[in-house]
Amino acid sequence: MSEESLVDGADAPAEEAVVVTETLFDVPVVHSGGQVVLHPTRVEYPALLGRLHEDGFHSAVDLCGVDFLTHPGRQLPAGLEPGRFEVVVNLINHRSRARVRLRVQVPESDPVVSSATGLYPGLDAPEREAFDMFGIVFDGHPDLTRILMPEDWVGHPLRKDYDIGRIPVQFKEAPAVRG
Amino acid sequence: MTVTHDPASARTDEGAQELSSRDIVSAIERLHELGAVLRLSEAGALEAERERTPDDETMIINMGPQHPSTHGVLRLMLELQGETVLRCKPVIGYLHTGMEKTGEQLSYLQGPTNVTRMDYASPLFTELAFSMTVEQLLGIEVPERAVWIRMLMTEMNRISSHLLFMATNGMDLGAVSMMLYGWREREETLRFLQEVTGLRMNHNYIRPGGVAADLPDGWRDGVLRLLDMLPGRLAEYDTLLNGQPIWRERLQGVGVITTEECLALGVTGPILRSTGYSWDLRRDMPYLAYDEVEFDVVVGSYGDAFDRYAIRLAEIHESMRIVRQCLERMPAGDYRIQDKKVTPPPRARIDESMEALIHHFKIFTEGFKVPEGEAYVAIESPRGELGCYIVSDGSANPYRMHVRAPSFINLQSLPHLMHGGLVADAVAIISSVDPILGEVDR
Repeated sequence: MSEESLVDGADAPAEEAVVVTETLFDVPVVHSGGQVVLHPTRVEYPALLGRLHEDGFHSAVDLCGVDFLTHPGRQLPAGLEPGRFEVVVNLINHRSRARVRLRVQVPESDPVVSSATGLYPGLDAPEREAFDMFGIVFDGHPDLTRILMPEDWVGHPLRKDYDIGRIPVQFKEAPAVRG
Repeated sequence: MTVTHDPASARTDEGAQELSSRDIVSAIERLHELGAVLRLSEAGALEAERERTPDDETMIINMGPQHPSTHGVLRLMLELQGETVLRCKPVIGYLHTGMEKTGEQLSYLQGPTNVTRMDYASPLFTELAFSMTVEQLLGIEVPERAVWIRMLMTEMNRISSHLLFMATNGMDLGAVSMMLYGWREREETLRFLQEVTGLRMNHNYIRPGGVAADLPDGWRDGVLRLLDMLPGRLAEYDTLLNGQPIWRERLQGVGVITTEECLALGVTGPILRSTGYSWDLRRDMPYLAYDEVEFDVVVGSYGDAFDRYAIRLAEIHESMRIVRQCLERMPAGDYRIQDKKVTPPPRARIDESMEALIHHFKIFTEGFKVPEGEAYVAIESPRGELGCYIVSDGSANPYRMHVRAPSFINLQSLPHLMHGGLVADAVAIISSVDPILGEVDR
């Protein structure tokens, strides 16, 4: 990745950048406030990781899931089919001091993405977390189990249709004056 | 509670968080628990296969979650052959309180109150990462004084966090007097943080748009008192620990990791630097005003527990250098942005102006709206890269708030560091990774 592409992104306002669909590594790229965001499909995702790894992005910083159930109208590059879930991966290139973010659309009907742990072993725990919290299955993960919730937990807490817990509050009368 | 139909759980094994016996687990999983980080060579795979000992010679034991040396509620399942650790698997989640879910219910102004409880040993860093991400989404720049106050406070917090490490590391290895000294100096540092923020921990001081309050009168005396006191105390640590053969024997050559393994595992912070790889976001991808101050990035050479200890000790000195520069160069001006959208009106205006009162009320009840978008901002916390990823849908609450916790990622290096070591060294290794379980489980 060249330095210029990063600088261009910083100058362009975010709204305009979304309309212009340019590509990087044959994948639609968006500059979101100076940050480079790639939008591969699920099919392109493993090969793209391989190419980025060859390009010097040797370290995977982070992976997390997002559930867009209640926010469907988000801005995406033209021609990309939005899914209910997104898997967001942050990679870093230490030599060129560049970061790149991947947003992979995952449909609700078949929430499966291939695992990146073969290339980036550090994504092991984050993928388990995304599975635990969103129910996204990472195909090829060596040990895809719940990591933060108990093993027998039902449901995936960070999904938008999973209610937050509340403790019922009962208001009582004021205590009687002590005699 | 709504339970959605979940095709995922039908297809995967949701049991077996725990370490299971060797004849059940698959070969890949076993290598993973052995700490095979990168792809193994054929010779390495053969050797790993030879290590396959009958189950009656090995024993799986639990260490934690109530073990005092596991820094909270970390549970390790260790497979032992005699005194040697063959496999190790961290089991976490005992402190999981759903803070990322909670963050979706709180406004951007309430957000720092939530995230500050993640890494309770260095709370200001999580506040800073959160605030910087919100500022990136808002497209605002904080005033120069706020930038320098943030630098001063986070470096103070780095000192207190590393002092806490000195204390617990000493305690774990039986140097109990080190624990007392480390705790004493940390308390002095926290006293300064309390003078400025009002609280020892969980400050809620750094907020989107700046900081909560200006530095109080006499803050310079507090900083100078610390800067005068600490060098002598650190020299004492040096004499007490570095000059002590028992201390060196317990740490040198224990829990060795290489640069390649660190990068593959995403491990950052003092663990990565202990391998001789110079990577510090403060210098390599500067934020705040770190490109204007002078400091050195301390690296080790062996990647062992001693290097990780020595790096943290040296980083206290470097943080003190930065604090001194903050003291000299602290600019005058506003401590928070004067943007009516984000900043509440000053207290005095509320008494005289009805509009100011309404404005104040609206900011604290409704919060402020953040434009639609997403951003990831990372900073260098005492434990490594601390990142915050926020998706905004244009409302006053984050649509999704995710924190990339360095301890969570760094814990993945444990199976690797432990493999082939002694069970007594396990304590030294956990301590040298310096995990904060509040941040691991979030």
